[in-house]
Amino acid sequence: MSVRSESEGPNIEAAVERASVGALEGVGRKVNSFFEYIGGVTALGGEAALTIFRLRIRFSETVNQCFLLGYQSLIIVLLTSLFTGMVFSLESAVQAVQYGFGSFVGGIVSYTNVRELGPMLTAVVVAGRVCAAIAAELGSMVVTEQIEALQSLGLAPVRFLVVPRMLSLMIMLPLLTVFADVIGVMGGQWIAHAQAHISYDDFMSSARQTIGFEDVVKGLFKSVIFGIIIALVGSYQGLTTRGGAAGVGKSTTSAVVICIIMIFILNFIMSYFLYGGG
Amino acid sequence: MANVIARLDDVTLSYGDRVVLKKCSLDVVEGAITCIIGMSGAGKSTILRLLDGLRKPDVGHVYVRGHDICHMRESELIEMRTKIGFAFQFAALFDSMTVGDNISLPLREHTSLSEDEIREIVVHTLDSVGLAHTYDNMPSELSGGMLKRAGFARAVVTNPDLVLYDEPTTGLDPIVTHLLTDTIKRLRQQLSATAVVISHDLQSIYMMADYVAMLFEGAVIEYGTVEEVQRSMNPIVQQFLQGSEVGPIPL
Ligand SMILES: Nc1ncnc2c1ncn2[C@@H]1O[C@H](COP(=O)(O)OP(=O)(O)OP(=O)(O)O)[C@@H](O)[C@H]1O
Ligand SMILES: [Mg+2]
Repeated sequence: MSVRSESEGPNIEAAVERASVGALEGVGRKVNSFFEYIGGVTALGGEAALTIFRLRIRFSETVNQCFLLGYQSLIIVLLTSLFTGMVFSLESAVQAVQYGFGSFVGGIVSYTNVRELGPMLTAVVVAGRVCAAIAAELGSMVVTEQIEALQSLGLAPVRFLVVPRMLSLMIMLPLLTVFADVIGVMGGQWIAHAQAHISYDDFMSSARQTIGFEDVVKGLFKSVIFGIIIALVGSYQGLTTRGGAAGVGKSTTSAVVICIIMIFILNFIMSYFLYGGG
Repeated sequence: MANVIARLDDVTLSYGDRVVLKKCSLDVVEGAITCIIGMSGAGKSTILRLLDGLRKPDVGHVYVRGHDICHMRESELIEMRTKIGFAFQFAALFDSMTVGDNISLPLREHTSLSEDEIREIVVHTLDSVGLAHTYDNMPSELSGGMLKRAGFARAVVTNPDLVLYDEPTTGLDPIVTHLLTDTIKRLRQQLSATAVVISHDLQSIYMMADYVAMLFEGAVIEYGTVEEVQRSMNPIVQQFLQGSEVGPIPL
């Protein structure tokens, strides 16, 4: 018994040491692949930017993508922002009236909508739909050799596939955000009226006093950045797909997860700098 | 000595741990039809990818028209590929476009021809592979053999002077096989285009090949004219050509 425990002692220590070294190596690999990923996405973005800069743009395909990626997201964006505006108003209006701040409700609702909720919700909703679609489409093109076929015809996948998607999102996401802003505020206005008897005029004048044109522009600037992120992450995941149909599935889910996380992080960073958090 | 348009020079290439090509060398003679034969999984398609610059070797060099693809920038590779046709093993048509658009694409992108002229060329090319009626079909509406022929048409529509065919006749009926074999020969005669053809169909290889290269365990073990390869003393080559189960090739 004692002999065994003696011989086990150093083994356990060695095992613990191996495990912790293994864990460290694992962390190292993760950190490494994180930077590799960021590097890859950035390189793709650089190449896309260069293509746009040289005006090597496929206009008809870009318009087509505007329709596919942008217009077809309109309904889902309108619905999510309408109900978000409404619930926000529901939570704040009644309380505000109770404490005598009823005249601020319009400001609060539109302020949060235009600066934060509008751009971010729209981006998240579009990411769920579009980032997945881009990753799945490009991923299945990789596994069926269509990307290699494109290259063999002397066509660059970045110019042919990535740039039209990126441009269309840079145009359509801000547009969708405008719709989201408007419908969110309108939903809030309606609920404030129905639940807390705040008149439409009071709501609007409070909104007008609180938010300026600058807030709208900054919100839209965020959407442009989100649009770029959605297109680049989806394309990168798609183009780096390996291993058949299962690989396409994996790329698609990771594209959405990574994209949404990046949107949240970038939203914070941009708000910090745009709205002077420091 | 005939001109060499493309050359693999001591190329080694692996996927992960699996070494596919080991110090493999091959000359592709200009204006000739070179057929590559070898067991499934031997690395034949990989050689075509190297010649088109879609893969780069781990070790060694690949020269196309005297330029080393390892030292070419992406833009130079793109330029080079516009002059090389590639018919993929599984066709690889773009499934978001019609067959007609698939085949028009290289003409639309790289020439200043009018839409009418492009249509005329495309219809003619499709006709030459017996697919004129599929112009407006989507690739998903075609059978495997039809897809293969459409891929063939896309590879040759720009009249490239080097065409890489990956198993152009595998899975096709004997009549269409004959048609495509003839097309490859005709392109060589009319345009003095060079062809590299991967094929398992010995009959059509004997019909068209100027040179045959046999790939085995990552290297070219036999190279020569059809007669030379047929007369090869190498037991591996003999076993392969006879399709015998007994011999030095491990199954
Ligand atoms: N993308 C890849 N990732 C990993 N391994 C690969 C990849 N492509 C090819 N291989 C491996 O490389 C080897 C050679 O593949 P290749 O496609 O060149 O064979 P082939 O000679 O064309 O075979 P076939 O006659 O069946 O088409 C195969 O064993 C294959 O498993
Ligand atoms: Mg193959």
